[in-house]
Amino acid sequence: MSAVRTPPSPATPALPLPGSPVRPRAGERPWHRTVRRFQRNPLSVLGAAIILFFVALAVLAPVLAHPTERNPYLIPHSGYASDPRPPGPGHPLGTTEQQFDLYYGVIWGARTAFVVALTVIATAVAIALVLGSLSGYYGGRVDEIVMRVTDIVLAFPGLILAVVIVAVLGPSVRNLVIAIAAVEWPTYTRLLRGEFLRVRDMEYVQAARALGAGDFWVILRHVIPNTVYPILILASLNMGNIVITFAALSFLGLGVPPGYADWGQLINLSHNWITGTAGDPFTYWYTLVVPGAAIFLFVLGWNLLGDAFRDIFDPRLQGSR
Amino acid sequence: MIAFIVRRLLLLPLVALGVTALIFALLQFLTPAMRASLYITDPKQLNALPDIIRKYHLDQPVYVQYGDWLRQVLHGDLGWSETAREPVADAIRGFFPATLELAMYAFLCILALGIWLGTASAVNKDKLIDHLSRVTSISGASLPTFVWALLLLMVFYGHFGWFPPGRLSLDADLYVRSGKFHVYTGLMTVDALLNGQGWIFWDAVRHLVLPVATLTYYLVAVLVRITRSSMLETLRADYVRTAQAKGLPRRIVVDRHARRNALIPVITLASLLFIGLLSGVVITESVFNYPGIGRWGVGASQQLDIPAVTGFALIFAGLLVLGNLCADVLYAVVDPRIRLQ
Repeated sequence: MSAVRTPPSPATPALPLPGSPVRPRAGERPWHRTVRRFQRNPLSVLGAAIILFFVALAVLAPVLAHPTERNPYLIPHSGYASDPRPPGPGHPLGTTEQQFDLYYGVIWGARTAFVVALTVIATAVAIALVLGSLSGYYGGRVDEIVMRVTDIVLAFPGLILAVVIVAVLGPSVRNLVIAIAAVEWPTYTRLLRGEFLRVRDMEYVQAARALGAGDFWVILRHVIPNTVYPILILASLNMGNIVITFAALSFLGLGVPPGYADWGQLINLSHNWITGTAGDPFTYWYTLVVPGAAIFLFVLGWNLLGDAFRDIFDPRLQGSR
Repeated sequence: MIAFIVRRLLLLPLVALGVTALIFALLQFLTPAMRASLYITDPKQLNALPDIIRKYHLDQPVYVQYGDWLRQVLHGDLGWSETAREPVADAIRGFFPATLELAMYAFLCILALGIWLGTASAVNKDKLIDHLSRVTSISGASLPTFVWALLLLMVFYGHFGWFPPGRLSLDADLYVRSGKFHVYTGLMTVDALLNGQGWIFWDAVRHLVLPVATLTYYLVAVLVRITRSSMLETLRADYVRTAQAKGLPRRIVVDRHARRNALIPVITLASLLFIGLLSGVVITESVFNYPGIGRWGVGASQQLDIPAVTGFALIFAGLLVLGNLCADVLYAVVDPRIRLQ
């Protein structure tokens, strides 16, 4: 891209990075500076509040919505009546078609969202650690092959690749995670490869090697710790997207088994009811608005938080998006 | 330039090979019996399972199957799609114009709205319109396409009844199939005008409004952001200050001097936009029941219609390579400083 901005070089090296909004105070710990930067932006505080709320929902799910089935992720349903019921006693947020309780689905759906997103990220990072270190640390032909493969995967629309993989493997939560991880790993691999390349020739790594440290030790002790922050930033920006992809696959009918607590499926269950009844088109508004709001807030929270993390941990990137 | 285009087009078969090899590799997770059972429509045929496996070489090693399939494709045969009830190649030919029509109008709307909104927010930085466009882009990035699409349907179809889902209403569809209607391009709006049928044109437009609006909202945010930051940069350039100092009206400075140069980095985004558009049509077509490639592909995926899924992946991979190529060539045409190698 030709639009890369070159920041003006600071007049004296002692000044903070260009564009950095907060000057370090004398004697301040780095952690405090991070918190102070974070608090300066009301949007990041809002993002953090939303995410904390969802973490609370996910952790407290068994208390907030007591499971009655053996598998707590299956939404209990009272009866099989086909039309949704509005919020009322017993069902604080109403029910979907076939009487799945929306309140239960939204709360356990938060847990599903976290479990799926974190598993996908863990899988992608694990793949990236192996391929990225082989590729960045050793370079050569391995590097060339790995990079061309990531090129091809990145060039293909993620959702469509995921659809194709789920179509062949069959729908289940495990296969959805595999499909999304298969789409996400190249981003992490490229990031880690870049970091490995950058760190590989640093003086402290050369020093460690001169002292007789083996490759494995150098990677484990010196290279990986330096990649933690970039991965954190990428992962936080990625969380929302993973959950959207998961919900989209579910919505397309390629996802979880019927009745599984997942926002995408709840939205899918509202598909037949959005035109309402004659005379009142908004009769069944809650079947769309309740799960729709849950996924919107979750993704919004991560987008705000991800932007904040990026600004804090990597001030060079500020305002570049 | 021509060498560059040829080399990029050579990439096409390579990407196609990669995608199909991946699908064949994934297929090995299914046992031959599971795959053979897809051909069975009647319980009485169950005894024929071993014959089906032998007939379609499902028990052969993967490279033999892949070789067979490749030979078949080179003869122009992509297989039979059970969901479309016609050969895959015919299905693609039938569904593609609908998707093209949708994507084309959406692309035009995204470009127009994105460039206008991006320019307006840069020129009026930190004023109301800038804040509005920022809120729109943050919320646009957070609201999943299918939720937005369903909300639109609820209000504009359920409540107002203006914009129905599908591609044509029943009577228009009957007329189109009646034989009096000549299909020139497969694009319904264009064909209706060529046939001189204003009411069919109007009907097709009514069905296109909501899907196009969905895709636009989903994708415009990225374009606004890039246009805005690129415009902010050019507005600070020396030649813009010179133009203003000469006494040119602000409008002309913004339109002629600043925006033209600001749009160059925006073109690099076109390929990203294209990827987004391809993912977007899959969901949009499914929600609005719009008979295009995306809806067919999703239906085929649900029913394990493997030849259709393979064809679906192939056509999207091809579109992608071509789209990226167009973006790169356009980039070189617009900015003479760039030389393609």
